[in-house]
Amino acid sequence: MMQAIHFKLNGKPVNLRVDGERRLLWILRTDLGVTGPKYGCGEGLCGGCTVLVNEAAVLSCQTPVKDVKGAEIITIEGLAKNGKLHPLQQAFIQHDALQCGFCTPGMILKAHSLLAENPEPTRDEIIQAMDENLCRCGSHVRIVQAIQTAAKQMKGGKQG
Amino acid sequence: MRKEEYAKPSRSLTTSSSEVSRREFLKRIGLLGGGIVIYVSFGDISSRAQQLTDFNAFLRIGADGRVTCFSGKIEMGQGVLTSLAQMLADQLGVPLKSVDMVMGDTSLCPWDMGTFGSRSTKYFGATLRHAAAEARAVLIQMAAERLHVPPQRLTVKDGQVIDSQNTDKKVTYAQLTRGKRIERHLTQRTSIKPAFPHTVSGKATGKTDARQMVTGEARYAGDIRVPGMLYAKILRPPVHGATLKRIDSENAKKVNGVKVIQDSDLIAVLHKYPDEAQKALDKVHAEWEIPEPKVDNRNIFKHLTASAPPRQTVTQSGDIEKGKRLAAKTFESIYFNQYVAHAPMEPHTAGVHIEGKRATVWASTQTPFWAQKEVARTLGFASSDVRVITPFVGGGFGGKTRNQQVIEAAQLARLSGRPVQVAWTRKEEFFYDTFRPAAVIKLRSGLDRDHRIVYWDYDNYFAGARSSQPFYDIAHHRVSSRGGWMDGGDQAHPFRVGAWRGPGSNTNVFAMESQIDIMAEAAGMDPLAFRLANLTDKRMRKVLSAAAVKFGHRFAKTPSRKGFGIACTDYQGTYVATMAEVKVDEKTGYVRVERVVCAHDMGEVINPLGARLQIEGCITMGLGYVLREEIRFKGGNILDENFDTYELPRFSWLPKIETVLIDNPAMPPQGCGEPAITPMGAVIANAVYDAIGVRIFELPMTPERIKKAIIKG
Repeated sequence: MMQAIHFKLNGKPVNLRVDGERRLLWILRTDLGVTGPKYGCGEGLCGGCTVLVNEAAVLSCQTPVKDVKGAEIITIEGLAKNGKLHPLQQAFIQHDALQCGFCTPGMILKAHSLLAENPEPTRDEIIQAMDENLCRCGSHVRIVQAIQTAAKQMKGGKQG
Repeated sequence: MRKEEYAKPSRSLTTSSSEVSRREFLKRIGLLGGGIVIYVSFGDISSRAQQLTDFNAFLRIGADGRVTCFSGKIEMGQGVLTSLAQMLADQLGVPLKSVDMVMGDTSLCPWDMGTFGSRSTKYFGATLRHAAAEARAVLIQMAAERLHVPPQRLTVKDGQVIDSQNTDKKVTYAQLTRGKRIERHLTQRTSIKPAFPHTVSGKATGKTDARQMVTGEARYAGDIRVPGMLYAKILRPPVHGATLKRIDSENAKKVNGVKVIQDSDLIAVLHKYPDEAQKALDKVHAEWEIPEPKVDNRNIFKHLTASAPPRQTVTQSGDIEKGKRLAAKTFESIYFNQYVAHAPMEPHTAGVHIEGKRATVWASTQTPFWAQKEVARTLGFASSDVRVITPFVGGGFGGKTRNQQVIEAAQLARLSGRPVQVAWTRKEEFFYDTFRPAAVIKLRSGLDRDHRIVYWDYDNYFAGARSSQPFYDIAHHRVSSRGGWMDGGDQAHPFRVGAWRGPGSNTNVFAMESQIDIMAEAAGMDPLAFRLANLTDKRMRKVLSAAAVKFGHRFAKTPSRKGFGIACTDYQGTYVATMAEVKVDEKTGYVRVERVVCAHDMGEVINPLGARLQIEGCITMGLGYVLREEIRFKGGNILDENFDTYELPRFSWLPKIETVLIDNPAMPPQGCGEPAITPMGAVIANAVYDAIGVRIFELPMTPERIKKAIIKG
């Protein structure tokens, strides 16, 4: 059913008239041209499509767009503020925690939601939180290190 | 950094190498205003017969002093975008940040066979150094004339030529090239001196495209938008070998905004939104004739053994019968591995935009020049009128070499008259993947009374021969191979197979290094001492020792119940020794890999950080095919369709990983993207045996297989 849907995307208001059952991933990627969220499996099994909806990590390939009415959505494109990278983005660069980069937006946003809930996660807590996000290149070791570094930085009040 | 010269699709070059097209080419690469361009036509990359033009550049130094490297190789996560730039910057004497990389663009870059086999640094990098050395020589000559200083007194640094006796006397590359156009064509490999001391190469350098990846600026094939573009979803058979009996697409045609295309077997639904196209495709009703399944995961090995082509000798030495007679103890084993998927996170994707008699293609591919040829053939265009651009590629691992999705997008763009994107679903990705072949290795070997390996008879069915040459001192050996990883697809395998990261080697090293451990135990020796006792190759002894030092534990005769494993290999010139520690739950058959130590001798190391990342990636990815990954199938029916049943390695599997890079600067750089994945099967199998005294002969070593083996004893 076509319906009017409003939400905030990376700080800017979005007004759509779309079938509310369509999945958020495709609305973002095609209707709105925001391509940071990736299609990896289409069934919520890989985490590549992860976005933040009101700070929580959500699998956009599984989310009907009608469910995000009035919400605040952040994609990887909206994480840097005025050209300044978020500590997680910086830490992923610093640790070289990426290879092909395809899973990276989902990894960073998933980690973002973890640190919002638990600013000082242990290594085991990081592993548990990130376990549903798949990386085929095998950057896992460095992704864990990057999240640890970012957590330290953010606790230091540099940005958060 | 990565240069996106492809941001605006533009006219490709005409085919003739006339002065007109040469001017056009120079214009395209921005050299009419002045600069230096070096063309190379020798070495691994330049199969002259296949080159479309004789003037594809290797590198350009612009009038602004910026240096651009043109490479037909592609970047898919393995880090050559960074390491090649390091080699160029180092040899040319410029800072890394002044180097731009243009990769995998068929209109700008020299022809290349494709990116696989850990060859980019080894072969392209070596040629690039030649191009850079030539450019440097040209610049020094120009500076000598300009500064009135003999060339031998001049040095280069940070994009300047400097008089070593009077450092105030200097001139920048930009000043030298401004207003001049210099072209050099290298046709012969000459001996060059690598830049020394290294200023950029050999230094740990983070990926230069990392910022684009963490901000979402990185564009993959599926992220490219062309005005008017439609997304295509294609009707697929339910199983390989099925034939279409009847089709009814009336309901799909009723969907608003949909275009249904039917051209013999190609049936597709196009829409401006991919999800709407998928919904419409689901309304297409098709009936298929499905062949009876003949093979499955259980009987495949029997089938492969029976359908193998005659043996081909890979290598032999001595007299195999004599070796057998010399053996005091003989050993006979059969090793198996199941089909494995590439499963890159980015499924196959391509966009094709046809304008008149020209086409621009954005493809997720490891072989852009093959894609160009295929698209040209599909559309009836000249190859030079097809420009394939390789944007960021979300992993390949050998799986993105066939370009089926590119051909589909080209056909649909032609039939629909619109720009078309084809992006496979994960189910399509599993269905059309060119799996690592299931394979069988029959191996007989023998020891004399002094515990020396005197006999080795190796018979390989369908794995492919790579890395199967023995590096131990075995007087009498014979290595045979029947069917490679690309062969026998139609007859032997029920679906397509192909190269998979470390092709052939993963299977071969699993068999070879498992067998070595079996013999070590029979010799009453620990697996490290036994290897060293049968090995005179100095490089291999060195990597083994380096790994052992880092590992820090003494090996004992197996099974020591400690869960320690060891394996080593020579992968195309890169030497690897890996040691692992595992825990096995004998009730569940579950293996937990606690720690992996990997020592690597790849000759000169261009980027130590990138190298470690590749090795860590190999180890992590390797855990998958060793412990869990196998394609379940019944005939042409692929039962695994997504990551719920096909398990990839996860964060919770992570062992402690330690890498050792052997310092070997005198040897030219070898490959690094694949070698470390290849000993993973043997090192874990050997560690499992050391832990519980049960030998596993089939990959993957799933909990079920381990439990079964425990029960069997």
